[in-house]
Amino acid sequence: MNQVNEILLQIFGNQNNFNLFLRLAGYLILAPVAGGLLSGIDRKLTARMQGRVGPPLLQPFYDVFKLMKKQYIIVNVFQNFFILLFFVFTVFSGALFFIGADLLIVIFALTLGGVFFALAGFSVNSPFSHIGAERELIQMMAYDPMLLILAMGMYLVTGSFNVYEIYDYGHGGQALIYYLPFIFAGYIYILTIKFRKSPFDISMSHHAHQELVKGLTTEFSGKYLALIEITHWYENVLLLSIVYLFFAFNVPLAVFMVFAVWVAEIFIDNTYARFKWQLMFKSSWLVTAVTGITNIIILYYLLPKK
Amino acid sequence: MSSLSRSPWVLHYNATSCNGCDIEVVASLTPMYDLERFGILNTGNPKHADILLVTGSVSDRSAEVLRTLYDQMPSPKVVVALGICATSGGIFAECYNIKGGVDKVLPVDVYVPGCAVRPEAIIDGVIQALAILEQKYKDGTNPLRPDPPEGRLKRKP
Repeated sequence: MNQVNEILLQIFGNQNNFNLFLRLAGYLILAPVAGGLLSGIDRKLTARMQGRVGPPLLQPFYDVFKLMKKQYIIVNVFQNFFILLFFVFTVFSGALFFIGADLLIVIFALTLGGVFFALAGFSVNSPFSHIGAERELIQMMAYDPMLLILAMGMYLVTGSFNVYEIYDYGHGGQALIYYLPFIFAGYIYILTIKFRKSPFDISMSHHAHQELVKGLTTEFSGKYLALIEITHWYENVLLLSIVYLFFAFNVPLAVFMVFAVWVAEIFIDNTYARFKWQLMFKSSWLVTAVTGITNIIILYYLLPKK
Repeated sequence: MSSLSRSPWVLHYNATSCNGCDIEVVASLTPMYDLERFGILNTGNPKHADILLVTGSVSDRSAEVLRTLYDQMPSPKVVVALGICATSGGIFAECYNIKGGVDKVLPVDVYVPGCAVRPEAIIDGVIQALAILEQKYKDGTNPLRPDPPEGRLKRKP
């Protein structure tokens, strides 16, 4: 175990007093638990906002365990392989983040996972699935520029792309949010797409209302549908951890903000009707241009030249 | 109670219903009755569904669709006939184009009569179907093996 830690430290640089192996193991085990609980809170809060009682808090876990017991139907030998790759790359991306590796690699691995998910949708014959996959690709085009600008902004302020240095910067008492308020706002906007929440849940939806017979997941059943769900939990934890980075100077505030963002997304989910994909694409690029690029330009003049 | 009966996802199909029962199915999703309390989700995709809710008597045309939907559902699965038309054909039973109730085409597990069927009765029927779903899982339809041949597979002891 210590040897693994040594190897990880050699690859990812020397970090202060953190056992990388433990952190990695903690992420792999705790992230799906946290993600499932967040999803349960989502289901419950959504129901309360609609004046319903709602399912129990552990409902997402029941769903996943049930799906594991069900038969799975295969229409194409490739379809489940792509889902496995989607799972592996998303978990890989989160693992890199939690051992403090390069933020750019984290974002690229996350995007690669998304591409495999879209490929899974294209690998089957269902037209519903194809439309869902096309929309997934459009969604990726809509949110990816903002993620890259987020990494750029964090680099400009902290002088490093490494997550552990960005974390140390905040932990040392300096607030990233003071320098990147607009980028944070833009990030919240694209989080709605990543969480598959209502104005932007065009490729697949998580609630009882549905678009195009559940879009991308039309041909997936049984344990592979469960795997998609678990991957989504890993992804949610990673995305919310990026929110944490903005507020790392104050731990209670950071934890509060992570939950506040999650509740805000649920609120948006319940108050908006679904957008057309054109509007989603235009608006997210407009928001990226206005918030992200403005913030980068301000930082360029604000920060001392090196 | 295992996870199977805690998270039943239903697929609703209108065979040739007059829409009375369908409205009641939708009503049972509203805040008044709130099916999601039991983890029940209304899905539109047979490959995600555990319970097939059928309303209306089965005609020659809808029989094909009904059979296709049933075949696309992964096992274990149960069928619930909602309303008097679905259980026996109702007042349409003698029509020239009507085969009769759902049991003329599919193995029905729960019959819920009523015209139109009440939301309370629908919820009760679905909850009864859950016990049958559990039993089917225990009996040895082997859900972990993809594409099982016709008939039930006994699990190895």
